[in-house]
Amino acid sequence: MTDFDSDAGRPIHEAPEVVHMAGMAAMPLPGLDASLLDVGPSRSLFQDAWRRFRRNKLAMFGLVLVIFLIVVAIIGPLFVQDPTKLSKTVFREGPTNQHPFGVDQNGADILARVVYGIRLSLFIGVLATLLETFIGLVFGALAGWYGRWVDTISMRFVDIMLGIPYIILAYAFITVFGKGVPAVIFALAFTAWLQTARTVRAGFIQVKEFEYIEAARALGVSSRRIMLRHILPNILQPVVVLMAIGVGSAILSEAALSFLGVGVKPPNPSLGLMVADSQSFLTSSPYMFLFPGMAIVLTVLGFLLVGDGLRDALDVKDN
Amino acid sequence: MAVFIVRRLFSLAVTLLGGFTLLFILFFTLPSDPATKIASNNGAKNPPAAVVQNVKKRLGLDKPIYEQYWNRLEDTVTLSGESYTTREPIAEMVKLRLPASLRLAVWAMLIEASIGIGSGMLSARRRGSIADGITTIAAVVAGAIPVFVLGYLLVLVTGVYAYAHHWPEWAKLPTLSTGYDPEQWFLIFPAPSQIQYMIQPAFVLASVSTAIVARLTRTTMLEAQTADHVRTARAKGLRDKVVSRRHVLRNALIPVVTFIGIDFGTLIGFAILTETVFQWPGLGSKVARAAGQSDLPVVLTLSMVVMLVYGLANLLVDISYAKLDPRIRLGGAK
Repeated sequence: MTDFDSDAGRPIHEAPEVVHMAGMAAMPLPGLDASLLDVGPSRSLFQDAWRRFRRNKLAMFGLVLVIFLIVVAIIGPLFVQDPTKLSKTVFREGPTNQHPFGVDQNGADILARVVYGIRLSLFIGVLATLLETFIGLVFGALAGWYGRWVDTISMRFVDIMLGIPYIILAYAFITVFGKGVPAVIFALAFTAWLQTARTVRAGFIQVKEFEYIEAARALGVSSRRIMLRHILPNILQPVVVLMAIGVGSAILSEAALSFLGVGVKPPNPSLGLMVADSQSFLTSSPYMFLFPGMAIVLTVLGFLLVGDGLRDALDVKDN
Repeated sequence: MAVFIVRRLFSLAVTLLGGFTLLFILFFTLPSDPATKIASNNGAKNPPAAVVQNVKKRLGLDKPIYEQYWNRLEDTVTLSGESYTTREPIAEMVKLRLPASLRLAVWAMLIEASIGIGSGMLSARRRGSIADGITTIAAVVAGAIPVFVLGYLLVLVTGVYAYAHHWPEWAKLPTLSTGYDPEQWFLIFPAPSQIQYMIQPAFVLASVSTAIVARLTRTTMLEAQTADHVRTARAKGLRDKVVSRRHVLRNALIPVVTFIGIDFGTLIGFAILTETVFQWPGLGSKVARAAGQSDLPVVLTLSMVVMLVYGLANLLVDISYAKLDPRIRLGGAK
């Protein structure tokens, strides 16, 4: 991130603010609160965004949730037993002191499986989103910058992929990548980059017409450098929003794929898998469903709230 | 108009062919080998080579890849393929399951429109009230709750808890939709005894869309309330009711109605999870089961049917839109 925060990115962000303040200082409007004119030291874009983000209660709740879950994922395993250790005597038992979330049909501690499940969900969600963002950036940048037939073909391709039901597409990729967690990560990334690519493309098409790009070109700056240094930093805001929401969606999709039996395979502790397992015991052992189900909802909710908050704080327009 | 429709249909055909080709490449040519999977579906972890060879021959997977592609494409277009595992003709599946999918989607859309627009309007009119807060939070949570979690939760309350605690009859619902009987439906209207099977899946399918509609309605209503023509209408001395009905609502609902129309295709195409949870006998649950069993012709053909319906639904929205809104002229000068 710091790498992209180059000088090229700054004038655009700060220019409107400077003009605005100058105008107000020169000619105070009647009825305007004097405290508004006292703007203090100038703030960077991200300081400004953080200030707005902090005021948004739902977004802050989401952030606290995400931080809590990350802490659980990192240090949680120290406090719970091995999720693959099976009791030979206790099966499907409701919450007790020893097993606060109960024991599942195989004799495994549900709390341990939920903690490891959250860990796996976050791992898959974050990695899939990083990969997805990278693919979307490259694809969108090339389509937006080169235009013409590159744009036509690649956007047609994006449209086709968007037309295929998401789960089928993800499943098709899983069959290609084989089984296991890496296959799920690749499959999620390869199905989720479409929105990022569209957003990045739109940004490139808009920004490449600006005069400072023309100036850079006139100076003989290479295409690659213009794309990376001059355009990319200016279109990162919507991408950041998409990333936060993307982690939530990836976790949701992973749970859905595992639920359908085509995602993470047992004995991996996937939350979706646990919900699927609980189906036959819904009547007699609802705790088998409630705890992992709640974990999925809270994890996804956290990231979606942060994403929504970022969208408002960074003032990204919905497309 | 005719030019527009023809152009859109052509574009839809290209999309379908592209989607088919992409799925075919992923399923049939890359390292995944369907024959080995089918052979091991019978339980064997590493099926003997002879068995795999047999399966390949039976399913035509030993032919050159372009021939396979052509055969699959022909089967898909003419709906003449059959399942790898049960040998059930795919045309039969579509005939039986497409109506079920459409019925579920229509009812989900009705729920989405009524609850979504209703609660969105309520929270826009009473901005900042408790009702507004509840709607906002419910909309956020609905977006984060996976359909299968919501589905089981609903089953837990209406299918398990309701029986255990002797709730009134109407609150007790079956846990699965396996009682669905196509004979007792007239187009989209179920016989009274069929309603119970439809309620849960329709609500679950509608949940995410309802949340989006509620948020969208709230935003557009708030925007429309401050529009210039609304201020003018107020200044003229029109009554509040007239202003909100004729000037605010009509403009605010245009994007909402568009969304609901486009979403109809999504409700059919993305009902896979909902249908699986309740075992609703639509296209989605079949696709999911076939995917789990590597029953590729079924997955491929049913996906194409879903994509076709999705595309046609979107086309229909655009056409009806042009009819409703005189400002939109399709296929005219750009």
